[in-house]
Amino acid sequence: MIIELGAFALILALALSGLQTGLAVAGRLRRSPVLAGAAEGAALAAAAAVALAFGVLILAFAVSDFSVSNVAANSHTDKPMLYKISAAWGSHESSLVLWCLVLTGFGAVLARARGLPFGLKASAIATQGVLGVMFLAFAVFTSNPFTRLDPAPFQGRSLNPLLQDPALAFHPPLLYLGYVGLSVCFSLAVAALVEGRAHSSFWPAWGRWVRPWALASWAFLTVGITLGAFWAYYELGWGGWWFWDPVENASFMPWLAATALLHSAVVTERRGALAGWTTFLALLAFSFSMLGAFLVRSGVLTSVHAFAVDPERGMLLLAILGVAAGAAFALFAWRAPQLKGGGMFAPVSREGALVLNNLFLTAACATVLLGTLYPLILEAMSGATISVGPPYFALTFNPLMVAALLILPAGPLLAWKRGDMRGVAQRLSVAAGLAILIALLGWMAFEPKQALSAAGIGLGAWLILGALAETADRVRLFRAPAAETLRRARGLPLGAWGMTLAHAGLGVFVLGAVVETGYRVEAARTVAIGQSVQAGKWNVRLDDVRMVEGPNYLAERGRMTVTLRDGSAPSQVTADRRFFPAGGQTTTEVGLDFRGLDDVYVVLGERGRTNAGEPAWSVRVWWNPWARLIFLGPAIMALGGALSLMDRRLRLGVSRRKAAA
Amino acid sequence: MFPAVRGWLRLCLLVAAVLGLSIPAALAQEPPAPPDRPLPDAAQEARARALFDDIRCVVCQHEAISDSPAGIAGDMRGLVRDQIAAGRTDAEIRDDLVRRYGDFVLFSPPLRSGTWLLWFGPLAALAAVGVGLLFAARRRPAETVPLSPEEEARLTGILADQEIRPDPDAKRSDD
Repeated sequence: MIIELGAFALILALALSGLQTGLAVAGRLRRSPVLAGAAEGAALAAAAAVALAFGVLILAFAVSDFSVSNVAANSHTDKPMLYKISAAWGSHESSLVLWCLVLTGFGAVLARARGLPFGLKASAIATQGVLGVMFLAFAVFTSNPFTRLDPAPFQGRSLNPLLQDPALAFHPPLLYLGYVGLSVCFSLAVAALVEGRAHSSFWPAWGRWVRPWALASWAFLTVGITLGAFWAYYELGWGGWWFWDPVENASFMPWLAATALLHSAVVTERRGALAGWTTFLALLAFSFSMLGAFLVRSGVLTSVHAFAVDPERGMLLLAILGVAAGAAFALFAWRAPQLKGGGMFAPVSREGALVLNNLFLTAACATVLLGTLYPLILEAMSGATISVGPPYFALTFNPLMVAALLILPAGPLLAWKRGDMRGVAQRLSVAAGLAILIALLGWMAFEPKQALSAAGIGLGAWLILGALAETADRVRLFRAPAAETLRRARGLPLGAWGMTLAHAGLGVFVLGAVVETGYRVEAARTVAIGQSVQAGKWNVRLDDVRMVEGPNYLAERGRMTVTLRDGSAPSQVTADRRFFPAGGQTTTEVGLDFRGLDDVYVVLGERGRTNAGEPAWSVRVWWNPWARLIFLGPAIMALGGALSLMDRRLRLGVSRRKAAA
Repeated sequence: MFPAVRGWLRLCLLVAAVLGLSIPAALAQEPPAPPDRPLPDAAQEARARALFDDIRCVVCQHEAISDSPAGIAGDMRGLVRDQIAAGRTDAEIRDDLVRRYGDFVLFSPPLRSGTWLLWFGPLAALAAVGVGLLFAARRRPAETVPLSPEEEARLTGILADQEIRPDPDAKRSDD
């Protein structure tokens, strides 16, 4: 009964989203605050209905109601509660409900937002309603998660054990908050194109409304993608964290577009310039989110992360993408030439630097799109199969990003309208000198000697030092008395601190990625108990292997001792090889020994025999130098985004509260 | 396109499922990858490892043979090492793999008529985005429409927020 309530709530949400669209359009056309207010109410109700449906779904998973086919296909009574619940976004049907929940939830937040002009708000709510109708209709008519089974099986088929992992339990919700958060930017962009006011006070205000959404989505995407990379790093057991897999790319494209949007929205907000470009990016970012949904759910991609779903539903998702993005870009092509306005600026200026940022980020995004779709299109057109992988992106994506990162530290130091290149060079000279020094030190310290990796270390240092130099410059560090510096530091807006953190975090990531990729050492050997594998300066000895029984798996658990080659600094790690009877799958549970910034990464492999006939296991060991930084960097970036979000200047409705006080 | 892709997917799932089962030994149908025998010469082994990263495991989901636990990946690693030991160049080894498995086997697609757009697309994208941005940035400023008194008041309200946490270094207008 309660399941039918969920199904009903989902259908109700579809109807309410339709109502929201109709009322908002009517309210806008008749300039009726009553109708527009009713549309806002419908948006709230739609969100509540989807929340109810999702709650019912969670409940069905929590109590293992196998009469629901989605639960039977993806859950099992033996699973720990966390993975019973996270199975609610482990399949196509139920994760689509989560997608709709975020979509309507953000629609509700938009409906509650204060300070937006009447027309813009009504148009945005109408657009958000159209998106809700399309995705909810898709869920209700083709992917209903509440379909019943009769007779109900006694046991479920369980969730893919690779997905039974804490990082992956939280990865999809965070990713969806980011993906779908961009829908609000999309709706606000469509609304701005519809309302299309050319006078100069409109666009700075619009930039201010869009930026928090872009910022929040970007921060969620950053954390979500990083969790996914971290999961791939320690769960898949091959020591990699990013392989330019098509599904990884599908999440990376919205991130790149959102990053570009974030920066161009600053120009629109502060100077009213680039209005057309910013709206274009806002449309593009959510279009990439929808493209990602299509790629992951249509079955056109072969990937570890893809939901294998049938092509018919894929075609429907493609149709949603085509209709939404097609209509929005057609509107853009029609209205954009009329979007005038904005301040003029010299090429060397803050605006100029942000334009260059957008140039490289958008071109990099197009490169990822090309590399992801090209094999699919080529195969469809000529039948030829090719693979596009890391070597391609190293030659195309990396140079674009390096160019963007090289100019990055100069951007925040340039003044608006007209910057002073020489002054900026002076203020960055110490950072540049130190970065070159660090690159040289890196070249000397790491073996084997690689000029390119050393240059990458210098680039990472340049980003961190450049960000610090900018803040030091602002607070007059060492150039004013300490009390003055402290006063200035306290006076700096949170947004400035957020930017510094985000840019420095990017540098931290670059350091980790460059050092890990350039200098990691791998070793593999079949060892009996008591024997060792050596990787670089580390020695890993297999102490014993035991069978253990987990809640829903059996495992061979290897205990190993990691020491330096001379036997000092011992530390214990365990690595599992788990067998899940419910799905008949085996996973590896990597042993990670944290050594400062480095990881010693141990995988227990197949059981075999030594030549003497003793039991032995193949053990693979990686020494991943500075691997911590790969995941720490994005965390710092997201923290920077969160700090910026808390900046009071970005909050809507502040002036109203102040006026009331 | 779809059936082919789904065929791959099914094959991969099958391989993954079969490979994984070593604890219930009775289910292990496919032998695991033979243990790797690194080449004795360190320089040759380094070349082999560099090549492994560029070669796709042909039954896997977007994995290089350096990373894949699949049996065939082990065979392919052995093949590459044998050829290096036999004195073949990297280019010869790549060509040989492409003859056996097609272009699919290399993660960096060869430059030919069909992939021309792939390799030069990023440059074209850079140029196109550059033109778009130039167009966006070069737009003439609009004539300012005078604000109505209410709009003026609202703008003042919005701008007032700017002063909530004033930067002491407020000579610059950028924060």
